[in-house]
Amino acid sequence: MSQPFRIAAGGRIERDRTLSFTFDGRALTGCAGDTLASALLANGVHLVGRSFKYHRPRGIYSAGPEEPNAMVALGPTDTHTPNLRATEIELFDGLQAHSQNRWPSLARDVRAVVDRAAPLVPAGFYYKTFMWPADRWMTYEKHIRHAAGLGLASTGVDAAATYDRRFAHCDVLVVGGGAAGLTAALTAARAGARVIVADERPTWGGSLTAAPTTLDGADSRLWIASTLAELTERDNVTLLPRASVFGRYDQDLYGIAVRRPDGSPNDAAPRETLWLVRTQRAVVAAGAIERPLVFANNDRPGVMLAGAAQAYLNRYAVMPGRRAVIATNNDSAYAAARDLQAAGVDIAAIVDARVEPARITIDGVRHIPGSAVVAARGHSRVTGAAVAHLGSDGKSLDGAVEIIDCDLICASGGWSPTVHLYSHAGGKLRYDSDIAALVPRDELATLSVVGAAAGQFVLDRCFAAGAAAGRQAVAACGYGATVIDVPVCDGQAATPPRPLWHLPLARGHKGKRFVDLQADVTVDDVELAAREGYRSVEHLKRYTTLGMGTDQGKTSNINGLAILAETLNDPIDAVGTTTFRPPYTPVTLGTFAGRETGKHFAPIRRTPLHDRHEQAGAVFAPAGLWLRPHYYPRGGVDVQTASRREATAVRRSVGLVDVSTLGRIDIQGTDAAELLNRLYVNGWSTLAIGRVRYGLMLREDGMVSDDGTTARLAADHYIMTTTTANAGAVMTHIEHYLQLVWPDLDVRVASITDQWAVIAVAGPNSRATLQRVAGDIDFTNESLPFMGLAQGTFAGVPATVFRISFSGELAYEVAVPADYGPAVWDALMAAGESFDITPYGTEALGILRVEKGHFVIGAEADGRATADDLGLGRMQSTKKDFVGRRSLGRPALTAPNRKQLVGLRPVDAAAAIPAGAQIVEKPSLIGPVEMIGHVTSTAFSPEREGFIALAMIANGRARVGDQVFASSPLTDTLVQMTITNHVFIDPNGERLRA
Amino acid sequence: MLLRPFSLIDIDPIASHNDKRKLIEEIVTDSRRTLSSRMTSVPRGAGLKGYEMRYSALNLVRNAFSGHRAWPVAWRKAAPQASYDVVIIGGGGHGLATAYYLARNHGITNVAVLEKGWIGGGNTGRNTTIVRSNYLLDTNARFYEHSLKLWEGLTQELNFNLMVSQRGVLNLAHTPGQLESYARRGNAMRLNGIDAELLSRDQVAAMVPRLDCSDRARFPVLGGLLQPRGGTVRHDAVAWGFARAADQRGVDIIEGCEVTAIRRNERGVVGLETSRGAVQAKQIGIAVAGNSSRVAAMADLHLPIESHVLQAMVSEPIKPVLDQVVTSGATHFYISQSDKGELVFGGDLDGYNSYAQRGNLPIIEHVIASALEMFPSFAQLRLMRTWGGIMDMTMDGSPIIAKTPVPGLYFNGGWCYGGFKATPASGWVFAETIANDAPHALNEAFTLERFATGDVLDERGAGPAPWLH
Repeated sequence: MSQPFRIAAGGRIERDRTLSFTFDGRALTGCAGDTLASALLANGVHLVGRSFKYHRPRGIYSAGPEEPNAMVALGPTDTHTPNLRATEIELFDGLQAHSQNRWPSLARDVRAVVDRAAPLVPAGFYYKTFMWPADRWMTYEKHIRHAAGLGLASTGVDAAATYDRRFAHCDVLVVGGGAAGLTAALTAARAGARVIVADERPTWGGSLTAAPTTLDGADSRLWIASTLAELTERDNVTLLPRASVFGRYDQDLYGIAVRRPDGSPNDAAPRETLWLVRTQRAVVAAGAIERPLVFANNDRPGVMLAGAAQAYLNRYAVMPGRRAVIATNNDSAYAAARDLQAAGVDIAAIVDARVEPARITIDGVRHIPGSAVVAARGHSRVTGAAVAHLGSDGKSLDGAVEIIDCDLICASGGWSPTVHLYSHAGGKLRYDSDIAALVPRDELATLSVVGAAAGQFVLDRCFAAGAAAGRQAVAACGYGATVIDVPVCDGQAATPPRPLWHLPLARGHKGKRFVDLQADVTVDDVELAAREGYRSVEHLKRYTTLGMGTDQGKTSNINGLAILAETLNDPIDAVGTTTFRPPYTPVTLGTFAGRETGKHFAPIRRTPLHDRHEQAGAVFAPAGLWLRPHYYPRGGVDVQTASRREATAVRRSVGLVDVSTLGRIDIQGTDAAELLNRLYVNGWSTLAIGRVRYGLMLREDGMVSDDGTTARLAADHYIMTTTTANAGAVMTHIEHYLQLVWPDLDVRVASITDQWAVIAVAGPNSRATLQRVAGDIDFTNESLPFMGLAQGTFAGVPATVFRISFSGELAYEVAVPADYGPAVWDALMAAGESFDITPYGTEALGILRVEKGHFVIGAEADGRATADDLGLGRMQSTKKDFVGRRSLGRPALTAPNRKQLVGLRPVDAAAAIPAGAQIVEKPSLIGPVEMIGHVTSTAFSPEREGFIALAMIANGRARVGDQVFASSPLTDTLVQMTITNHVFIDPNGERLRA
Repeated sequence: MLLRPFSLIDIDPIASHNDKRKLIEEIVTDSRRTLSSRMTSVPRGAGLKGYEMRYSALNLVRNAFSGHRAWPVAWRKAAPQASYDVVIIGGGGHGLATAYYLARNHGITNVAVLEKGWIGGGNTGRNTTIVRSNYLLDTNARFYEHSLKLWEGLTQELNFNLMVSQRGVLNLAHTPGQLESYARRGNAMRLNGIDAELLSRDQVAAMVPRLDCSDRARFPVLGGLLQPRGGTVRHDAVAWGFARAADQRGVDIIEGCEVTAIRRNERGVVGLETSRGAVQAKQIGIAVAGNSSRVAAMADLHLPIESHVLQAMVSEPIKPVLDQVVTSGATHFYISQSDKGELVFGGDLDGYNSYAQRGNLPIIEHVIASALEMFPSFAQLRLMRTWGGIMDMTMDGSPIIAKTPVPGLYFNGGWCYGGFKATPASGWVFAETIANDAPHALNEAFTLERFATGDVLDERGAGPAPWLH
């Protein structure tokens, strides 16, 4: 095995399974069970990245999600994933990793020059410069943007990167599978509760796996294994390894990103699944994160958290160095020293800030009390530690600086409980000076925090608290009590830590003291921000970018705010902390989208007649979620040619159009007519059974919101038609009124849009066409007059036929159960063959309605038009109340200069009218110029053999005959127009009554 | 000293560099004049050399030699005095800009800005930093264009780099109908003297290479409306820059001071109760965005405003992949890339009414799905942070900047989610409204009364449905 830093025995790796991988193209090997970080360390690779701002060489600092430095891109260049933490990547055979944010190479990065220019670029320097010349910011910015950022976004899409979503419910969600979490889970599970246990690591046991621990007199592995065996056995428990519980949301919803094991790229399972877990109770046993010590050059490769060094040793059998200096202010690093020493690492010294002895003693190791490492030596790898004695205030040094040669500095500044989810839930923190850490202050109703996450750093307390939390949670869910024997273990309290937020600089050993390694924020930056008045912890964060990196300040948060507190002479509690925001660790964007990508982003709605349109060669256009035929390009012609042919067919003979997308609402009950009276501006009491009426709806503010026809089928039964776009909105509107405002009405409504296929048959030959289809419906004018309806058998199926017209021609709408739609379409096509019956699309529909002067919702009725603006003021009943009526009395709604619906024709009959043009009186394409109105719809009218338009023009009805200009600066077109009446054909409606 | 506010509205928006330079020079000369006049009268300035006060590359170098120990505080940590001519409630961008322009344009400097937390901590520090003036309605277009013109010179005027970055705002159209309504808006903008361009699908594809303009998308892109002068501004810097400039003119910026009551007599307002004691005030301006209803209720005003939560989110920082702000009408989201490299996403309101500055997952899922629909190659990037802000949603989607029925009390709010880009113009006209007890021409229409008279400014035509604006 060519892994010089791999220890011969121990660890939890599969030593016999060698895996090959590359880092920046260099071929290396590791073992199954390694992370990329542990494999790199096993090969003695310490330089793995460059920092964000100063491009300083960086190594592997931690062994978990808190990693600030070791960020790599994973995968082949065109489909790689940037910004992944080497400490979280499970090694697999063939893994390709690349370092980031360096050019031309990791070892030689030209931008490292920024490090030397550091005095010129303190925190917030960019707010103070790059201001002149005033028009040059964009140039400066271009360079700044290229210097910033970490990795590169891949250009391609990794086809194997699939994602999914899943919903789950449970009684108790346990976050964290360490000592406290597994105990809580087991307690809850034995009570019969539905339990989900999630842990971000691939393996269970939490910090128990980082150190050799004795439980009940045996190796802790036995306890972990037996606990897991029982949990796995139980049907009421779901174990989720590789699961990051990233956020807590309202009503106890937790978001969990669950990864597929890395290294199985061809696995059919999604790469990542978003679990949305609604739980009754949550037990957060998320552990604690070790804090850095803030000394000069504390970012050099070879400086590592002591707990991480211990974890690399015990989990992965990797020696992170040959000769180590241990720098600490608490007891935990002694355990790391003990393990490292046992594995053969030469412990040069334990430098402890405290004077009083630690509870653990290690024989044969030099112990330097009351002192600290004040600087790391070396550049791309540590070569030594500068050690000095601390003054009693911790802010000064006394005595000489001693240099101790080493290639590893294991630093421990104490531990910060992982309180993020507690904070998401609204929990507040307090500073516990006994452990020098922020801990949860209050009990929350449905979430409890236990173990190290609650500041319980003694193992037996973690077990006890886990069991108690488990019991409490199940009791709250109504389950009976259970008994669980917690393992007997070490219960002795540690010697209290000595708070040490940053170390003074020693003469001759200057260097940057990093508070936030990822965001490259130093002690000087924090102090500068405080001097300049950025004294709220939020201002500090925003001014210096402290804690704004991808690690969200997991290792920097408390050091930063404590340094601020020191600078301000305030207690840490008074300074407070920034808000922890979800996600706890970054979550892949694809995970949130799940399967809703590409065409699956939103459902596609197709009408029952869709196949017929496809067979006819239709070109489709989206209408909301619907696909509707836009035009039928017979012989491959363009939209203009096809739509004019289709419109002409309707005017001269007969055409048919699929109108199944219009919203249809079935309304039944003794108060159905009353409901319509209240919804529509016009009256409905007089509508006879078997008749249809056009209705207009307003919003509460008096503006037209929707229109359509409603038919009376029986005394208590109506069918309402809405526009396609507003089918859902009108239904919601009605439900809102029925449920909240008029619950007393005896009426029920149901959307039946999907139940029907509806075909409009329009044109002078429409009646003859319908009469040729077998059935028992009498289509004569006497039997089925304009605005009438008939029910019967048509083409062998039950049908309702409405005699209504949007085109202005003699027209019928045939509505049949959806499944019969294609058959009825075929029957109509056959019956109309000798008339050259022509399917038409929405483009021709638009031509026909503009010719007829019908407004549509969205274009003319754009949410700012009243019924009167649209020429329908007189439809509004004065005898009843209706939605919006109250608003109509407001002065602005009857003001003289409102925009009104009119028609427009170009003065030059051959001129085209630009869509989206504004109407001006002064012939101008350059603003500012007064606009008196705007073009709402344009069409080439085959009937009028020229372009026509509808427009909304101030006081337009009084200005018919005036000449104005349609101005479209976007297309550089200006067309002189004459204002006309908005109805271009058959103003008296003779055709539709024929 | 009273400065004549120069007219910005007359300047051609697509002005040549020279015109823009001239404009900026005018603003800066103007501010230097007032700055020097203030410096002689502000005691804390004494003992500091002028060069230490000003931000410049030269002073960065000079300060580098002294370890940056000479920089003064950006703004004093003022304590409340017994009495002020004007008190502005709310230390966000709008409140601070108002205080600044009260001093700068109207010579009113006995002013306090009261902020319950830290300045810029509400929507000023929570928005997606977009500035634009691509409005359809004349009133809105002129107001926001005034704002955009102020942004264009504000870095130099405030001597604080706000990173006003005009990389363009692009609205994508996915249907012929949308393209037509964008044309209508673009034409209206141009005829209001605002820059706008209608782009074809190919032009969009060339401008935004990462955007999927193919038919693979559920809602393929047909084209777009571009405002080249739109872009982004560093949001926190806006609060700090205005605070520093207002402070230099003598305004007291008082953080950690929560207003608990507004006191008045039959003639109007007389002062406030705060968590730090009583303060007398002749005039009071409210600029508290999401908390508008709560603060106005202290003066028994009931506003046509609902508070809703709006979320925003950022990815991990990556090297530049997107220059413009891109919005999509079909999928309800917008995206840009910050100078730090984060992709910044936003979308619709969470839907329910809320005073909480945090939201829930459905909107995040939808926004991200929308983003990946348009930018599929971003799928493997990771979401780093999400947050929420409280939006003061009016019944027509437009703001209220007006006198109130209570003499001496003025209201600025109802910004829906468009408040950030309005910051300088909002401060400009609100200051004038307070100084003159009468509105500026640009905010005459932003009254409270318009909801009673029907003179609403319904930019989207969505009606009195706050969750739709």
